[in-house]
Order: sequence, then structure tokens, then C-alpha cells
Amino acid sequence: MRRRTTLIAAAVAAATLGLSACGDGSLEATGDLDGSKLTIYSAQHKNLTQAWGEEFQKETGIDVQIRYGNDSSMGAQIVEEGAGSPADVFLTENSPAMTTVEQAGLLAPVDPATLAQVGDAYVPSSKDWVGIAARATVLVYNPSKIKEADLPASLMDLADPKYAGQWGAAAGGADFQAIVSAVLAQEGEQKTEAWLRALKSNAKIYQNNIATMKAVNAGQSAMGIIYHYYWYRDQALQKSSSGNTKLHYFKNQDPGAFVSLSGGGVLKSSKHAADAQKFLAFVTGPQGQKLLRTTDVKEYAVGKGAASDPALPPLDSLEAPRIDPFTLNGPKVIDLMTKAGLL
Amino acid sequence: MAAVLVALLCLLPLVVVLAKALEAGAGEAFSLVWRPRVGELMRNTLSLLALTGVLATVLGVGAAWLVERTAVPWAGLWRVAFVAPLAVPAFVNSFAWSSLVPGFEGLAGAVIVTTLSYFPFVFLPVAALLRSTDPGLEEASRALGNGPWRTFARVGLAQVRPALLGGVLLVLLHLLAEYGALEMLRFPTFTTAILDQFEVAFDSRSGSVLAVVLIGLATLLLTLEVLARGRTRYVAVGSGAARRPTRASLGRALPAALLGLAALAVLALGVPLWSIGTWLGRADQALEPVALGPALRSTLVLGLVAALVTTAATLPAAWLVARSRSRVALLLERVTYLAASLPGVVVALALITLTIGFARPLYQTTTALVVAYVVLFIPLAMVSTRAAIATVRPELADAARALGDGPVRTFVRVQAPLMLRGTLAGTALVFVAVTTELTATLLLAPTGTRTLATAFWDASASLDYAAAAPFAAAMVVLSAPLTWLLLRGGHEEPRP
Repeated sequence: MRRRTTLIAAAVAAATLGLSACGDGSLEATGDLDGSKLTIYSAQHKNLTQAWGEEFQKETGIDVQIRYGNDSSMGAQIVEEGAGSPADVFLTENSPAMTTVEQAGLLAPVDPATLAQVGDAYVPSSKDWVGIAARATVLVYNPSKIKEADLPASLMDLADPKYAGQWGAAAGGADFQAIVSAVLAQEGEQKTEAWLRALKSNAKIYQNNIATMKAVNAGQSAMGIIYHYYWYRDQALQKSSSGNTKLHYFKNQDPGAFVSLSGGGVLKSSKHAADAQKFLAFVTGPQGQKLLRTTDVKEYAVGKGAASDPALPPLDSLEAPRIDPFTLNGPKVIDLMTKAGLL
Repeated sequence: MAAVLVALLCLLPLVVVLAKALEAGAGEAFSLVWRPRVGELMRNTLSLLALTGVLATVLGVGAAWLVERTAVPWAGLWRVAFVAPLAVPAFVNSFAWSSLVPGFEGLAGAVIVTTLSYFPFVFLPVAALLRSTDPGLEEASRALGNGPWRTFARVGLAQVRPALLGGVLLVLLHLLAEYGALEMLRFPTFTTAILDQFEVAFDSRSGSVLAVVLIGLATLLLTLEVLARGRTRYVAVGSGAARRPTRASLGRALPAALLGLAALAVLALGVPLWSIGTWLGRADQALEPVALGPALRSTLVLGLVAALVTTAATLPAAWLVARSRSRVALLLERVTYLAASLPGVVVALALITLTIGFARPLYQTTTALVVAYVVLFIPLAMVSTRAAIATVRPELADAARALGDGPVRTFVRVQAPLMLRGTLAGTALVFVAVTTELTATLLLAPTGTRTLATAFWDASASLDYAAAAPFAAAMVVLSAPLTWLLLRGGHEEPRP
């Protein structure tokens, strides 16, 4: 009996000892936020945000801490936090979440010099935020499951019963919801609703883009809707998740050729507004845009004169639909998807 | 007073979630409930409850009977093998299976994984009871002409019924609260849908409305269990025969029984361990760098702090419950148990709503996360601590007082040492529970705090199995002492 007590006490002591190791070099805040640092709420990929943060910190000496999350959740979170939000900068993967925050009146205007660093197409008319990167919708398919000639000509054709059970998508994620917002902008509410209903009965719902691509790679699904960079990144690595697959670009101004804009904005309530503006200037400037290429995230650069990864087909060859990325409606999409029983 | 405060803290999530759901009136809440998606979630949740409930019962009772009541060899070994799966969190088990078997998903996958993860909740109490009950009744049944099967069905099962019902209830409550395992297997239930809602809308009304449905289901299960226990009671008059039950000879069925037990052990324990081991061996395939150190450190800190706070919070109520049989004391105990049957996601949502609206300084802090752990795991500490206090006979303290010790000295020299072991066991149970908590941690973790569970989750969500494996292994290692704590007996999982 005494021995057991000793054992437990020893276990507790060992656990305590394990705590005394020192911190790592990550910018990720550990524990509670430090109000003196520039706080970035990032829905962007971790390795990219981390690279931006580190380089920026090295360049300017401004300390950075990063909170990671997902577009929709983080956008709604900032709105809920309101004027008391601890965030100074918000980075998204897609524009609808940024629009949500903008419409809540929480964004401060972006420095004109920063806006001038990116092409006009990547600046909203409100000038309250700025494009920082772009990503293209693709159809990944497994040639052993479906012949190239049998692929749908349009994203909308996936609703055809003949494709039932043959395709998958990560319907719960912000990426897919941005694609739906493009469908909504281009095709109107009625067609979008019908398309979502078909999706509910035709498609397999996966946890995220990677799971979708892997399912296609393994032949569990013939086709999947994803963003381009998941595929190019895996191709550049071991091809373990995409070796059996090919990409199909819808082009032709199809909603399936939608190019989604990642955004960056400064919160009106920021207590480090000047530093926050500097950060956006850095991200959209030559150094920040170069990191899009050097960190192997395979997202498209949007800065003037900034080259994207050479492995990617040029952005202007994708024949993306002309959709104003600044009016894409996040809440409406979620509403429609809820109605269709996807959420 | 302290006891009442703790009970109120446990009730708070319930009230908050209800208030949030009804914020826009009952009409809107109703329209959010009455839609096809909720019907689908209900179907999924109920089929999972039914199938896993039945399978876990059959496997748990069957294995317990074979191990405790038949002449099957290596009973001690089997006992460990069928409790040890509790050290593998269900979402790790899910990862183990789906990373080995392509296309392992949906209802079938969910039922297999959850059954293998949760049948020990049935095995443990039933086996303990079968081992300790008086064999006299069954002997009488045999003497009256009933065969061994009939005897087991009519006498043995009647004896284990309360333990069985308690075990099944635990399985079902865990199923309601399960997120990681089911999300990974693409099987949506209420809990996964609430997390989806959180993804798209943070702290939303529709999420709270789903949470209310979930609370309703948990309450229904608790009520059903009380009803099923019914008014018929099994009462032993006198101490009975102090003998071990006789073990039935299996005769020619022995090979089949051994094979069955071995198969169960391989599926429940062998597959996850082998799978984790395999992926550990392929560490070079990890796509993201694995930072085990920081995750391990924050997990240990959180686990330790939460375990100590929970124990401290439990003591007053446990003392009251163990020493007083008043209605108030009983009510307090039940309230803390009710809160524990709330899924982690409900407690987390409530705390977000509360801190963002009324306690901003606590918002997104470690404190809020620890509070969630305390509310979720108080019952684990409660059961052990109460039992520990019960062993301290008041006469001993009286004797110390009579011999001239003051109340403080009496506590330090007499009561505290006697309570220490049981209380520490409770603390250890909470520690293990915290180290593998996923759902509430995902929602409440402060900026940058990655625990083993959330780091594992990030990696496995990208299907980066090789990167997920070290976190999985660390969680299993940290949870392994659980097997020992539970087998030691007297500290079964609490029955809400």
C-alpha cells in the first residue's frame, strides 16, 4: 500500500520535472496572449504564416505572435470579439471571411503604398484589405477510375446523376465554401441551391482537401474538388497522395475555374496599428511574395512583378470567371448549405 | 458552501447553452432543430448508440464470463488485455484502423472502432462483480436443475445487472461525446456537427441548438438507466459464502473460447499498438516536422494543474457526500455527475459564450481551459475521493481528539494520511483524462497552446500519419498507468 502511494508520488514528481525544459523558437504564442506583441490571427497555412512572421521579425525587430485557425471560424470569432479583439492583423485563405469582418466595420483602411504593391484586381473598392495570395479551383481525378474524355465540362455538371458517388469534396471547409460562393455569384441562388442538393446526394464529404485528394489517389473516389496547391505540393514531395491522379482545369470562365483571393487586413481596434500596416506592406512586398515561392506552399503570388512558382500554370492561363472577390457572400453560402443539409 | 459552489459551476454550462439556444426565441430554435440534417444526425447517432451498445455489451459480458467464471487459462493476462484498450483514446484507435485499412469509414467503421475502444467499460465492472459475488446462489440454481447457461442467464445476469447497466451507460455517454474518432471515419453525429458549426460560425446559435439536443439525449440515457434498474433489487442477506465462484469447465469449447479471447485482444489492443508502431517506424515519411517536446510539455502542465485543481475542488463535496446522507448532499453529487455526462463540446461552447460576453479577461486563457477540465472530470476525482474519505472511520479522529490533538493536527496526522492514496488515485485518473482530451481542448486552447491530442489531430487531419504517430504513442504511454489504476479495483469509472 505504501509502495503504491510512493509510485504515484514518483509519477507526479516525474511529470513536474518534465516541465522544466525550456521554450522552442516558434513564434506561436504559448499560453496566454502577450499584449505587447503584434498579434496575427491567421487562417493561412502554418508554414507560410510562420515564414512571414519570422522574416518580418528579423527585418523590423517587431515581435510577432500568431494564433492559427480557419477562415469562417476566425472571421466569426473576430466579429464576436468586436472592438475588444486581441487581433492586430487578420490573414485569410479566402476572401469571404475577410468580407464578413469588413462588413462588421472592424477593418481599418490599408496604407495606399501597400495597395499599390499588388495588382488592381487584388484590391477591394473599400480599400479596407488587400489580396496577399491566390489559389485556383481544380478537379483532381484518378485516370484509372474515369477517362479524361468522360470528365464533366463544367463544375455544375457534377450535379448530373451520372456522376453520383464518383466525386468528393470537403464541404465543411472554408475553401469549398468559397467555391460555392463563386457558384452563387455566377449562377444565382436557385441554381446554386439545386447544385448543393445534388452535391448532398452525389458527393462523398471529406474532412478536408488532403483527405479528398488522398481518396481520389486511392481510387475510393474518381474525382474531387480541391485547390491546386495541395496537388502541386504533393507532386513536389513524395507524390504519396497524388501519384495516381491528374488535374483537370475547367477554364472557360466556368465557376469551377474560380480563383480565390487570400486577404490581409488590419483591425480598427489594433493597438499596434503602425506595426500592423508594416506587416501587410511586408507580406505584399517583394520579400513577402517571394516566400510564396520559396516556402513551397505553391500558392500564386499577387504582388506586382512577383513571380509564382514555375511549376504552376500561369494565373492568366486559367480563364477564371470574372467574379468580384469582394462581394462573395459567406453567410448566404452557409445558409444555403445548411438548407441543403450539408452543415 | 464550497461544495455548493462547485456544483453550481458544473451546472453553469447547461444553463448557458440553453440560454444561448433560446436567445432568438423558441420558434427559431425549433426551426433550427426541425430540419432534415438534424434528422440525419439523429439517425446516425441512434444507430451508433444501438449497434455499439449491443456489441459492447455482448463482448464485455462474454469476455468477463469467460475470464472470471470458466476454466479458461491465463485469466490474469486476459483481464489486463481487456482493460488496457482504455489507455488508447478512441480517436487514436480510429487513426490506427483507418491508416491501415483503406476505405475504413462510415457506420461500420464507427461501430468497430467505438466497440473496441469502449467495451472495457462493460468488461471492467461486470468482471469485478463476477469475481466477487457469492457462488451460493448459482450453486442453488444448478442444484435445482438449471444447466450452466440457464443459471448464468437467470441468476448470474441478475447479479451483475446494476454493474452492467452502469457500464453500458458509460459506453453510450462516451459515444454521444465522441468527436475525433467519428470525424476521422466520416460519420457525422451531433457532436461532430456541433464542431462543424463552430468551424463555419464560431460561437453560433445553431451550434447551441444542436448542443441542446445532445443534452436532451444524455439526459434521456441517464433517465433510462435509472428506469432500467427498476424497483427490483438484488439483495444479499448475510455475508454469503466466502469462497471463490466455481469455474465452469469449457470442455471441447476451450479452443474456440481461447481463439475468441485472443481475437478480441488482437483487435482491441494489438491493432492500435501495431499500427502506431508501424507509423513510428516510418518517421521519415512525415510531411510536417514533429515537435513533440512543446506539445508534451503543455500537456503535462495542463494535466497536472487540472488534476490538482479538480482534486481540491472535489474534496469539500466528497467529504459532505461521504459523511452526510442528507438530500442536499445527494443532490450535490448528482449535479456534478450530470455535468460530467455533458459532452466536452457543450462545456467548451458554454465557456466561450461566457468568457467572451461576461469574463473577457478569462477569454482564451489557460484558466478557462482548466475550468473546462475541472467541470468535465470532477466525477472521476469524486468517486475515488469519496471512497477514500469513507475509509477514514470517524472513530479514529475521535480517538485522536480524545488523546489531545486539535482538529488541524488530527487532520494532518490521522485523516490526511489515510485519505492520501485514494485521493491521489483520483488525481491520477483526472491527469490521464486531461492528457487525452480533444474536443474541449480544440475549442478552448489559448493561442499557440498545442497539446498532444490537438497536435495529433492536426497531423492526422492532413492524413500525415507518420507525423501523427509520435503524439499517439506519447498519449498511450501517458495513459498506460490507467490500466493499473483501474485493475487495482475500487476505482471504477464513475457511474453518472
